[in-house]
Amino acid sequence: MSTASEQKNGTMGRDLVVYLCLLALAAIQFVIAYENIDGTQMFVRMLIVALAEAGLALLFFMHLWSEKRMFMWSAGIFTVFVLLAMQYGWTDSFRLVNGAPWAK
Amino acid sequence: MSQADLTMVGHAPGLTTGIPPYSMTAKKMAIWLFIIADTATFAGCLVAYGFIRNGTLNWPRPFHSITNVALMTFILLTSSLTMLLAVRAAKAGDKGTAFLWTMVTAVGGLIFALLHIREWLALIDEGMTMFHNPWGTGLFGASFFSITGLHLLHVTGGVIALLAVGARYKGGRYNADDLEVTGLYWHFVDLVWMFVVPFVYLLNLTH
Repeated sequence: MSTASEQKNGTMGRDLVVYLCLLALAAIQFVIAYENIDGTQMFVRMLIVALAEAGLALLFFMHLWSEKRMFMWSAGIFTVFVLLAMQYGWTDSFRLVNGAPWAK
Repeated sequence: MSQADLTMVGHAPGLTTGIPPYSMTAKKMAIWLFIIADTATFAGCLVAYGFIRNGTLNWPRPFHSITNVALMTFILLTSSLTMLLAVRAAKAGDKGTAFLWTMVTAVGGLIFALLHIREWLALIDEGMTMFHNPWGTGLFGASFFSITGLHLLHVTGGVIALLAVGARYKGGRYNADDLEVTGLYWHFVDLVWMFVVPFVYLLNLTH
């Protein structure tokens, strides 16, 4: 019979599976680093794998999955908004290298 | 229906009944708020690093081997698992096992920190400082040391917290909830590393 804590936070077996998945995803990042692809593709692939790792760690290691859905949504929306708002300066970063479009 | 009842119509139940809407302890709420704020801190550092890296032509690629960073990743991920074991044992009331796994986690963090320092010393030995290096733009040292240094600071703080909370838990002053809160912080430190490794190390490998 499972305990109340196990029902809330999952079993040890699940934790072990998540741990092995995280190790596998980390290994995939190392494999990507040695692929013969351009920098942008490499960055995008590594970002996708890192987001998958972060999602697994947040949901199962940090037990966000078993918290109230209202907490998950409110914390998630705030955080994602802040993270997205930080991305607005990238065009200027490309301008530094290419001098375009504003320098033309 | 009274005026008070009318004003409550349309509100979430937790806001009107006195039941906390998130149903978590104040300590847990506090650590989640810290984690959200710290996420913004690390994200800010990584975005600034990406901005500089993307806008600099002679960006160095000084890392020849992935052995050290792979070992560090393995140790940090494994320490997250041992932290889970500690919290699980604490929730089950097994104080001795919970303390043991907490100490194993702290040792994992300590080994990680020592490997990190060893790597720093090797890079410094090759001529890398905050503002100069033999391979390219001096901005590399500033961004590398600040990002990995901030993470190392978190790991060091985490190890101290694990030792302190573990000892107090064993002494009966802290309970399983305190271990869980410390565990949340430790998992967050692990989570940040998942982004530091690809962007700061793997994208700067010598091919």
